[in-house]
Amino acid sequence: MTEQDHQAAPAPSVEEGGGAPAPVPGDDAAVAADAPRTGVSRRAVLGTAGAVAGAAALTAGGFAAGRATADPLQQNAYDFFGAHQSGIVTPQQDRLHFAAFDITTDSRARVISLLRRWSEAAARLMTGSELGSGAAGGAYAAPPDDTGEALGLPASGLTITFGFGPGLFDDRFGLASKRPAQLIDLPRFSGDTLEERFTGGDLCIQACADDPQVAVHAIRNLSRLAFGDAAIRWSQLGFGRTSSTTRAQQTPRNFMGFKDGTANLRAEDTELVDRWVWADAADGQAWMAGGSYLVARRIRILAEIWDRTSLQQQEQDVGRTKGSGAPLSGGTEFTEPDFTVEGRDGEPLIRPTSHVALAHPSAHGGARMMRRGYNFTDGADDLGRLDAGLFFLAYVRDPETQFVPVQNALSSSDVMTIEYLRTTGSALFAIPPGLPAGSVLGSDGAYVGQELFA
Amino acid sequence: MPRPALARPLAASGAVLAALAALALSACVPNASADDATIAVDSSADACDVATTEVPSGTVVFDVTNTGDDVTEFYLLASDGLRIISEVENVGPGITRQLVVQVPAGDYLTACKPGMTGDGIQAAFTVTDSGDDVFSGDNAERLAAAGDQYLLYVRDQIQTLEDKTAAFLAAYTTGDDDEARALYADARVHWERIEPVAESFGDLDPMMDAREADLAEGEEWTGWHRIEKNLWPPAEGYDVTADERQELADKLAADTAELAARVNAEDFAIDAFQVGNGAKELLDEVAAGKITGEEEIWSHTDLWDFQANVDGAAVAFGVLRDVTLESDPDLVEELDSRFAELNELLAQYGSIEDGFVLYTDLTEDQIVELARSVDALGEPLSRLTAAAVL
Repeated sequence: MTEQDHQAAPAPSVEEGGGAPAPVPGDDAAVAADAPRTGVSRRAVLGTAGAVAGAAALTAGGFAAGRATADPLQQNAYDFFGAHQSGIVTPQQDRLHFAAFDITTDSRARVISLLRRWSEAAARLMTGSELGSGAAGGAYAAPPDDTGEALGLPASGLTITFGFGPGLFDDRFGLASKRPAQLIDLPRFSGDTLEERFTGGDLCIQACADDPQVAVHAIRNLSRLAFGDAAIRWSQLGFGRTSSTTRAQQTPRNFMGFKDGTANLRAEDTELVDRWVWADAADGQAWMAGGSYLVARRIRILAEIWDRTSLQQQEQDVGRTKGSGAPLSGGTEFTEPDFTVEGRDGEPLIRPTSHVALAHPSAHGGARMMRRGYNFTDGADDLGRLDAGLFFLAYVRDPETQFVPVQNALSSSDVMTIEYLRTTGSALFAIPPGLPAGSVLGSDGAYVGQELFA
Repeated sequence: MPRPALARPLAASGAVLAALAALALSACVPNASADDATIAVDSSADACDVATTEVPSGTVVFDVTNTGDDVTEFYLLASDGLRIISEVENVGPGITRQLVVQVPAGDYLTACKPGMTGDGIQAAFTVTDSGDDVFSGDNAERLAAAGDQYLLYVRDQIQTLEDKTAAFLAAYTTGDDDEARALYADARVHWERIEPVAESFGDLDPMMDAREADLAEGEEWTGWHRIEKNLWPPAEGYDVTADERQELADKLAADTAELAARVNAEDFAIDAFQVGNGAKELLDEVAAGKITGEEEIWSHTDLWDFQANVDGAAVAFGVLRDVTLESDPDLVEELDSRFAELNELLAQYGSIEDGFVLYTDLTEDQIVELARSVDALGEPLSRLTAAAVL
């Protein structure tokens, strides 16, 4: 949970390649015709195999018939192709299924093959299309290529983002010399209670969508494609976003009941995004140009204890009001916190040990991050307490300077972190750049991360 | 768990204490509901507009909005303009904060104090008799006495802690490990009983009570749990030399002496607000660390700490009990029975005098039963401060 600076007034549009919703042809007509909700959106309209060229045609073809749902959010479809992968500056969707994988093969060729299969499948899934011969077609004696639970559901703004963990750069695949210096082994932070079952991974997939079924469908089918080459090490569902990545979005609340990510970096801040999110060839590894680094932390909130804390204490610990989200120094949600305003006791209204004060970019040389976290609950623990919290996801250009110092400050001094949060999972991934528009996918085609293996 | 650099009421800097003392502790917070009619107060640079100036006696809720540019305060004063019935302070510009207060019939004054200086902008405020019973005891003196009483308890516990720590460390440094192990949990009881006070010293707490999991990479580890791991090594190879033992012992003894010096300082005070919050925090400690067996991960003597935390919370409740009995008798009744239930449950596993079973001897069902009992007490205990003090 990190307080990031907020800039200027809302801007109207998103310019990043991965961020703009694709137009949805036929949308109005379908709604006007009061078409049935069970649709044909996931028909295997594009045939069963082989290369898929570009995405625009596929998007249009895959959608035209099936846009009958009432929720306009779910009708968004994003472009798989672009300078950057989707799912980073894309307007943050409401649901998440994240999975970290262990690579179970020692074959470099198999890893490349897996990335090809994943890339091709991801491009299809993001259009709302079924995989392969579909969920209800194909050879009758064979299991369907697509598991089917998303049949009839629109694309729902699905984005699929692939990442590489440190394990990909061990001695198995001859990639050690290409490990980016930024892909560090995160240090141990004070109070970390990491569990092996939520930690690490050689590969990761972040699937975000406005329908949880669509996000889960994506991970389920991608993991199915991986058997033999990679297996899920751990995964995490997120039921509600805790950040906004564009200005048009309302600030959501985290599991502590506070608005979260008020001051997140936004897609519209293109200069800041270039500076703080996108890796550059000059950063050391040319293959990472246009990529980023993803910090994933599973942060459990001791909800029962937090809930017994007075409103005064909660607001002091956070540094903002619970209702409006305004900094305690005054104003409204988007007013910059003023750390110099003092109250009756001569202490700053925003205490130096508050979350806002410790996480604010001004305390870290202006360093920013693009947060993309989600609320989660995984039921209850053995004592009947909610196993719930924040699945922190943040994209940065350099974790060493943009994440580690912030987390150190929080772990050592933030009352909220120390008293009410327990970090149970942690991982860091290099997120390779996107695939250029027009790339040809398929068994010999382009794939996410191809620059690394070139 | 350490709470480094704790800047909460318990941090008890002189300024904080002075401010808290100034919270003239006279009226109690009833259970306001979202349905209560609220009185809008607009505190601007030069005006204090109170939407209604006459209300029936009972629960009164002010919605104080600061429309000025300076930090403001809002007071409900007795008709003499001096005695504070209740107040809300530190309201930043643009921010709205509620003041919930129970007021008997009478003449009062409202006052906004933009900039937090001067007498403020005052106006008459009338409370008519609604016929309902309204509790409005002037408890300032009794609350001050409660704080003093609790301070005596804290000082007494720290004295015993010093004595028992010395005996424990003597056994430890002379290599009498059996004796040291036998004394460990019993000495720590006196730390755990007053844990929120000890933790309020953000520099001492990590040096004395940090668990291994609390350390960041490269941090030095000293204090009770470092010694615990040495006495109950998880495997071979955790020996420390006699010199290292002496160093650890000297450090813990010195830190304990420093803690004693600080709580015995003439200007060290504890007010009722801190007592009430401390009670809640002691139950938090149980819920966060003891019930899971994390606190004493090598010795498994968590139930000593558990009982000690509950003891400390019971003492804190005890000094506030009479005051709370007037403002919220139902809460007192519930707390009485919840404390009794939890203590009975703990008694099944031993006592501080005779020793407890180890955490690792508890079955999962027993741990769940304890956890539920802790939650059953923790929830009402979290309402004690507001009921007793504000």
